Amino acid sequence: MVGSKTLGRQVLTLYLPLAFFLVFLLFPFYWMSIVSLKPTNDLFQLKYNPFWVQKFTFENYLYLFQKTEFPEWVKNTIIVSVVSTIVSLVCSVLIGYALARLRFPGSNFLGVGIFLAYLVPPTLLFLPLSQVIVKLGLYNTYWALILTYPTQLIPFASWLLMGYFRTIPKEIEECAMADGCTRMEALVKIILPLSVPGLLSAGIFCFTLCWNEFLYALIFMSSGAMKTIPVGTVSDLIKADVLFWGSLMASAVLGSFPIAILYSFFVKYYVSGLTAGAVKR
Amino acid sequence: MKGSETFSTTAGAGRRKGGWSLRRLLDRQSSLGIILMLPGALLLIVFMAYPFFLGIWLSLTNSRIGRMGHFIGLRNFVDLLSDSIFHQTARNTLIYAMVTVPFKAMLGLGLAMVLNNRMRFSNPIRAAVMMPWIVPTALSTLGWFMIFDPVFSPISWLLRSLGLITKNINFLGDPRLAISSVCLANIWRGVPFFGITILAGLQAVPHELHEAAAIDGANAWRRFLHITIPSIRGVVLIAGLLSIIWTFADFQLIYVLTKGGPANMTHIFGTYAYQIGLSATDIGQGAAIALYMFPILSVFAILLLIYLRRE
Repeated sequence: MVGSKTLGRQVLTLYLPLAFFLVFLLFPFYWMSIVSLKPTNDLFQLKYNPFWVQKFTFENYLYLFQKTEFPEWVKNTIIVSVVSTIVSLVCSVLIGYALARLRFPGSNFLGVGIFLAYLVPPTLLFLPLSQVIVKLGLYNTYWALILTYPTQLIPFASWLLMGYFRTIPKEIEECAMADGCTRMEALVKIILPLSVPGLLSAGIFCFTLCWNEFLYALIFMSSGAMKTIPVGTVSDLIKADVLFWGSLMASAVLGSFPIAILYSFFVKYYVSGLTAGAVKR
Repeated sequence: MKGSETFSTTAGAGRRKGGWSLRRLLDRQSSLGIILMLPGALLLIVFMAYPFFLGIWLSLTNSRIGRMGHFIGLRNFVDLLSDSIFHQTARNTLIYAMVTVPFKAMLGLGLAMVLNNRMRFSNPIRAAVMMPWIVPTALSTLGWFMIFDPVFSPISWLLRSLGLITKNINFLGDPRLAISSVCLANIWRGVPFFGITILAGLQAVPHELHEAAAIDGANAWRRFLHITIPSIRGVVLIAGLLSIIWTFADFQLIYVLTKGGPANMTHIFGTYAYQIGLSATDIGQGAAIALYMFPILSVFAILLLIYLRRE
């Protein structure tokens, strides 16, 4: 960037490190993809180069859809992720707005409390939480995940939205309220339309985390047909025999795909959301 | 105190003007603030705060799954102190959380500096290198599960074809190797997070600063040392503290790769609590294992809070 660089130096300082990072960070995905496209028997052919596919096949993917509960897992994951994201977003908009705009007793204390909740890991809670879930009769139902995921999402999403609301000038909603709007109308009609980028960041963050969640889904869903993609893949596709690799990798590829696509489209929003907490505060 | 005073005076004013109507409640800042906090707060109380305290209670009892036990004081915590698997678990967790973070930070810095260059295809490249952090960890870890397989490992195949080894490496089965293998997978997953956070820090530095320093005769190394490092110290610290907290309390990566084995050499607090609390149904003891994380997590959380407050 500074001064002029020769091609040789550019190769050394830019392209070589870049190649290293691309290979290191993407190789596992490449490996998963090619294994999922190979006939199982080819894995055992020692004369074949394992880094390439000799004979393409979709049999692993067909197996997944015809012989396993994979379609159920997809349905479960979508339902839980969508509903949980909506619940989290609604709660976070309200909290974020309250903390950004309103002065009320205990607001400072609640702000710190929400931040600390962001740092509480699921591993600290999962044993007692499993008892709560059973007591409430939510065990092995969608509600077990729909109601517990937001606790992992609301803290960060509220924080992010609070920051976003603060960038919107107060005068805009004050004008609306002077014209006879109530505060809630001003929030819905004025603030939210101006906050679409912030809502997208928060929404993508929530959806990704719901889709990827593992521990709660592993514990709160017992029957095969109620599992989510990550849990179903890990616990139901690994079998005692050695012939499972193809379908296992196919499931891992398909389960990662929606998130990869979503992310590629909204990369800007995701990154701004991710760094908002750490950098911009 | 001051807060509750304002609350009562505004409430009084409301009554004078004609009683409690929903509309008034929603227009008054103090009451509206609390109403807006309610839905989220309710979820956080029922599914986070309450289980936390229930966990403390469980850890003080001899409860098993499906049977509420009775109070036994600190026996669970004391028993763990003389449990050799727990000692191993604590050691593993410290290695897993503390050793991986410097690697993630350094590789992340390297990645950020590469991405900070102007180049073609920078957007797709940025999206691609973020993938390890974005996609479901349990699923990408399955990729590592096969990369570490004693029979099908591509690393073993490569080294064998190069004549460097004669027998396949047993990455996850060898007790001495297993912890390094899981650390490698964890580093792989965490590098993009550091990379993208540090990149945001780098981009906050004005170009002119680098150019001015270059004109004044500072070479690349000195510019790195005196401009780059100071400008990203804050973000690295925050990312580092978050990463320590998350890695310390991890579960899925270990669960998928080794389930804590071989011979408990990769158990961390999360997986050991799962094994004792759910698999062995000793939920009181399991809760105690999980709670041993709490003081350490608190230290890092407080450090983070202090730093953010100061900023």
